[in-house]
Amino acid sequence: MKDGRDNAAFEARLEAAEQAAKAERPETAQKQAGSAQRAIELAMRLGVEMVAAMVIAVVIGWGLDKLFHTKPWFMILMVPVGLVAGVRNLLRAMG
Amino acid sequence: MAGPTINALEQFSLTPGLGGLGKAIDFSNSNEAMLAAAAIITLIFGAGLKARALVPGRAQALVELLYEFVRNMCVDTIGEEGLRFFPLVFTIFAFILIGNLIGLFPYFFAFTSHIAVTLALALFVFLFSTGVGFYTHGFKFFTFFVPSGVPGWLLPLLVPIEIISYLSRPVSLSVRLFANMTAGHVMWEVFAGFMLLLTASFGIFGAFASVVPLGLNVALAALELLVAGLQAYVFAILTCLYLHDAVHMH
Repeated sequence: MKDGRDNAAFEARLEAAEQAAKAERPETAQKQAGSAQRAIELAMRLGVEMVAAMVIAVVIGWGLDKLFHTKPWFMILMVPVGLVAGVRNLLRAMG
Repeated sequence: MAGPTINALEQFSLTPGLGGLGKAIDFSNSNEAMLAAAAIITLIFGAGLKARALVPGRAQALVELLYEFVRNMCVDTIGEEGLRFFPLVFTIFAFILIGNLIGLFPYFFAFTSHIAVTLALALFVFLFSTGVGFYTHGFKFFTFFVPSGVPGWLLPLLVPIEIISYLSRPVSLSVRLFANMTAGHVMWEVFAGFMLLLTASFGIFGAFASVVPLGLNVALAALELLVAGLQAYVFAILTCLYLHDAVHMH
């Protein structure tokens, strides 16, 4: 930036204007909109998140069974693991 | 019963694009829609950035809005170093957003309603973020699968869970987008089919009654507009989240 001085002055004015605007409109409405957006985003994510882990776990179990000819033991073993991984996904998405 | 039937999935079938040429080079209507999406993005940005005014006009404001939206998303989710990944996130976001939106128009093809397309995108994001993880942390990235503050005897149980949770990312990423787009288009088709069925079965009364599915379709159009934007946003923000995990490892 070759016109750094102008830029700094502009930033200062912008800051002042933003402060003034903030005083005029309370932040709550904006915050509410933000949390609603987050809620919709979460709702869109959560359902699939759990099923995906289950699918991956069962596919891995099925593959291991195919490899070691142990049908259906790995698949049965992987179902609870996939369930827990799904819950782990949910917890991570929430946090 | 002879008459119109509802075939809700026919709209997703691939047909050769570009006239006869498409058949020879396996260029389908899905590819056409992808090219159209890329062309629309380029056009919008070309038109919007032509003026380069300090006080933006409408087109420039649209472009700047999109740019700053994705830029803030990158910085907020990944951190300051997220700007390195801005071009990737922006490309993915714009491609999916425009793809979803043009899919809503009649005679256009929603390429995001094919799992092959969304899975390819999701796998690319997954492999890229894993690559970034190994590039930034080397083999220490494997400790990402070892949760901290856990007694050692639990690790054999927890590490597979973490690995499965990690591997499920491309699945959830792709299925979410694909399912949302497909479901919306199927519902449209089904309600539109109801209108034909009602008219065919009940004559003039059916024609009047078919105002109900028509109204539902109008409401659905608004919902689909929301879903199209939201799914592009979710895909982009999850890309950012995965890159955040790759860069910061927690």
